[in-house]
Amino acid sequence: MTQPPIEDYALVGDCRSAALISRGGSCDWLCWPRFDSPSLFAALLDDERGGRFSIAPVGAFRSQRSYLGDTNVLVTRFLGEAAELTLTDLMPVLSPEDQRRFLQPEHELLRIVSCDRGETEVEIVFDPRPDYARERPPIVSLGKLGLCVRVPRGGVLTLVTDAPLGPEGQARVRLRAGERLCFSLGFTSHDVAVLPPPGVRSFEMLERTVALWRSWAGRTRYDGPYREAVVRSALLLKLMQYVPSGAIVAAPTTSLPERPGGDLNWDYRFCWLRDAALSSRALFELGHRDEAENFISWLLTATSLTLPKLHVLYDLFGRQPGPEVELPHLRGYRGARPVRVGNAAKAQVQLDTYGEVIEAATYFVRNGGEIDRATAAMLIGFGREVARDWDDPDEGIWEERGPGRDLVHSRALCWAALQRLIELREKGHLPKAPIEEFARARDRIREEVETLGWSEQLQSYTRTLGGGDVDASLLLLPWYGYCDAGNPRMLATWRRIQQKLALGRGLFRRYFGKLTRGEGAFGICSFWAVEFLAAGGGTLREAQAMFEQLLGYANDIGLYAEEIDPETGAALGNFPQAYTHVGLINAALTIEERSKLFQSAQRPQPIPEARP
Amino acid sequence: MMNWPSSLLAGFVGTLVLTTLEAGAQQLHLTRMSIPYLLGTMMTPSRDRAKILGFLVHLVNGQLFALLYVVIFDALGEAGAWLGAVIGLAHAAVVLLVALPLLPTLHPRMASLHQGPTAVRQLEPPGPFALYYGFSTPLAVIVAHVIFGATVGGLYHFR
Repeated sequence: MTQPPIEDYALVGDCRSAALISRGGSCDWLCWPRFDSPSLFAALLDDERGGRFSIAPVGAFRSQRSYLGDTNVLVTRFLGEAAELTLTDLMPVLSPEDQRRFLQPEHELLRIVSCDRGETEVEIVFDPRPDYARERPPIVSLGKLGLCVRVPRGGVLTLVTDAPLGPEGQARVRLRAGERLCFSLGFTSHDVAVLPPPGVRSFEMLERTVALWRSWAGRTRYDGPYREAVVRSALLLKLMQYVPSGAIVAAPTTSLPERPGGDLNWDYRFCWLRDAALSSRALFELGHRDEAENFISWLLTATSLTLPKLHVLYDLFGRQPGPEVELPHLRGYRGARPVRVGNAAKAQVQLDTYGEVIEAATYFVRNGGEIDRATAAMLIGFGREVARDWDDPDEGIWEERGPGRDLVHSRALCWAALQRLIELREKGHLPKAPIEEFARARDRIREEVETLGWSEQLQSYTRTLGGGDVDASLLLLPWYGYCDAGNPRMLATWRRIQQKLALGRGLFRRYFGKLTRGEGAFGICSFWAVEFLAAGGGTLREAQAMFEQLLGYANDIGLYAEEIDPETGAALGNFPQAYTHVGLINAALTIEERSKLFQSAQRPQPIPEARP
Repeated sequence: MMNWPSSLLAGFVGTLVLTTLEAGAQQLHLTRMSIPYLLGTMMTPSRDRAKILGFLVHLVNGQLFALLYVVIFDALGEAGAWLGAVIGLAHAAVVLLVALPLLPTLHPRMASLHQGPTAVRQLEPPGPFALYYGFSTPLAVIVAHVIFGATVGGLYHFR
């Protein structure tokens, strides 16, 4: 059996963990209790050995799926000649009031299959393989209490169902129109397990979860023409924010290949600082203030642990992830080896992260937040690092392994870091910031970028100082206020990026290099291009046309991976990818602002004066 | 004549030690049994509230059990860590063989093997020797109660 295409997966989750469900009804990836825990099902990375929890009709069926309105509840419809089935998948999430009223498993995946028409057999396969399939503990039947699997490194997996599952975890059940089966898969790491009864309670949890997601999605502040895509992206972002800390994972998966069958397979279940500013803007401007503030709180806590140096990525609690290791016993997604867990990029130097973190803190201030004394000292410490190290080589936003380079994007972000600190100082938020030191370094950075980072021959800003290549990340220069999108040098750079990196139909590669050989189009680069056009690098109509073209690359339920195959439109890389969805949200917001240009205030909002 | 202050102090310290050992065993994945959680869910379904309420009830229970130990010490006319440990061992046997098997009947939110989970009763029952909560659970219960007994016995002084 071959794994389905990446875009055939959908995500359900509980803001602490997530599961990938295939179009065929198989839960092929599930990590409990956290996004970055070892997997319990990993058929995604090895269809024979990985383990799965599958519920699917026997025989030929085609499937249609959707999220239930503005929720993270997945509905898959199996349509066959003799019967139609509906499979509903969710991880129940309850309001604080409901959490006090109901016993709830620590984590739960609720699956409800019902027969809407005709009669058919449903095959159920419950085959957990904990610890990335390194373990295969026995399934123990507890009689009427269901099935139980002891997870070797702690915790217990329980399955309570009204289906007649034997101790081997498999069954074929005949379902007739009007009949249904409920499956409550629960996980408890430390406590006595909660075993929810199938039936009425399952529907009550479904109803309450739907209500909670709808209420959250309804608070999304966006009334433009792309509301459906924006709300889906916001719901996805919410799903990937680890509620106990506020961290946002880049993606809930590891080792989905960026190059089909290739070795560009990385673990993305961590939090990258490079996403900080873009994610903060997306959350704040959509009106999800709690999520934005929690994220910035995590960001400032995490970065304070490595003060004054910034690391590239942190785990859900702001610590350094474990070492990167390969799992040779897993064959990888469609044979793409190696499967990796952990991420060696954590040891890299990425100077752009200073700009990202300081920009995120500035968003916090723009939205009414106040910088306390400790945070002020921390931000000033980052500023000093930048003022001292900005001309060091680094691995930059794309994390290309090997010797560091003098990257123009990193320089521009160092400029942005110092510029924001100076602005914060001028508005009274950082009274102790050494403004002259910062201004001197800022001006030197600009001078260097404008001389060595600009190629007369190429008529473009370049990827590296004195280099002859372009990089899609240069499209972000206006976003960080380094220059206007309508600046002649930016317009010339845009023309060169189109010439060198465009792959047609609105898609772009990120740059030409060893790392990018054979990979697809990078999703977020296309959304940066849309933003660039909407911000003044092109016309509103051009931005809208490209945006609408990009919406066509989402899968049938509105999700994007990290990359897109320019030939087939297939998803490549870890899935779904928060960064791409953040790009979508920001592009839609900028289009909306451009379309209201004559009525609205300037963007970004000005930094308010500090309160006395 | 019972020494009340000494009895209360021994009970308080003993209960804290017992609770710490149980929590440590949980964190080390030796057992999933949490007496505070089991006690708390008798009063509320809320996980967080149950743990806090259960902890308070557990402290009071510890004091009551310590009083029982002291009554035995008084009756025997001697006290000490070894004697306390022996009583703790007997206590653990009662917990494992009598109290925990009765729990599905007594606990308003605990499911039973015979009936399966219901709308109200959803907590996993302990099973024989509380083995459903992990294979090391009986050992954890015995060690924790023996140390509880040794602490109470060691700290308690006659007048």
